[in-house]
Amino acid sequence: MIKKIIEKVGVGEAFLFLAVIGYVILGIFDFALLRDVLYVLIRLIVRIAPILLIVFVVMFFTHLFFEGQRIVRLLGKGSGFRGWMVAISGGIVSSGPIYMWYPLLSDLKEKGMKDSLIATFLYNRAIKIPLLPMMVHYFGWDFTLALSIYMVLFSVVNGVIVQRLTQRGPEG
Amino acid sequence: MAKKRNGNAQKQAFFNATRALKKSLPILMGVLMLLALADTLIPKQTYRLIFSGNWFFDPLMGAALGSISGGNPLTSYIIGGELRQEGVSMLAITAFIVSWVTVGIIQLPAEGLMLGKRFAIVRNAVSFCTSIVIAIFTVLTIGIK
Repeated sequence: MIKKIIEKVGVGEAFLFLAVIGYVILGIFDFALLRDVLYVLIRLIVRIAPILLIVFVVMFFTHLFFEGQRIVRLLGKGSGFRGWMVAISGGIVSSGPIYMWYPLLSDLKEKGMKDSLIATFLYNRAIKIPLLPMMVHYFGWDFTLALSIYMVLFSVVNGVIVQRLTQRGPEG
Repeated sequence: MAKKRNGNAQKQAFFNATRALKKSLPILMGVLMLLALADTLIPKQTYRLIFSGNWFFDPLMGAALGSISGGNPLTSYIIGGELRQEGVSMLAITAFIVSWVTVGIIQLPAEGLMLGKRFAIVRNAVSFCTSIVIAIFTVLTIGIK
């Protein structure tokens, strides 16, 4: 029954519907709390709206300039060192919350991007250049530098392990 | 002729990008709703109460706490800074900061839907483990407790 409903409305819509039901239940029991949650939600939406626009622009140019074969060459099997570099630098320079990049990555995955490079991209999103001064302020230079270097190194380790465990072999 | 072909390519690229984003919007909205819920329902003081000073369990707790939290990484630095003043070990704080941005339990359903269930579970599990390993390496490298 649930499977049929999901098939009919779509997985994403069913997920959203569940979240809405959660809000309705919260509203019935504690309306003031729901108001606080909605306030936080609006703030979140306002904050991510510009990022969503950037993601859309990147997707537009990806569709315009990178046909399937070129993406496979750049990020697919046999992309080698260049593929890792693109994933690492792309992850570092991309801004906004991690989930905003799922649509683009899903799109690239369909075109042949390797799981290892997707995992590496997502891992490097942890390195936020604009936030580094704040990290230095709280934890010092040596900590910030050591952590950033290990994050980059382990992003590759992470990618290789994910690739192996998703059973597509080290090369995808 | 070439100009017309260019215009068509742009139109097609715009259409494809819009379609891909539109497909993802309900999932993104669901994630945002869950994040807002977690942000309101989990008070920031809760983080302080969880650490006991145990060298084995604190990093695990740090990584677990970071995994179920979400939002701006800046918040994790601020909480990490406060935890440091409370005397929580840097091993636990580092695992907390790293897992905050690399593991996303709240986003897991969305990641599974868009990038594959197996990929999402494996990636988050591996990231959880590496957050502890990175914490150990970082703390050993700079020699702080």
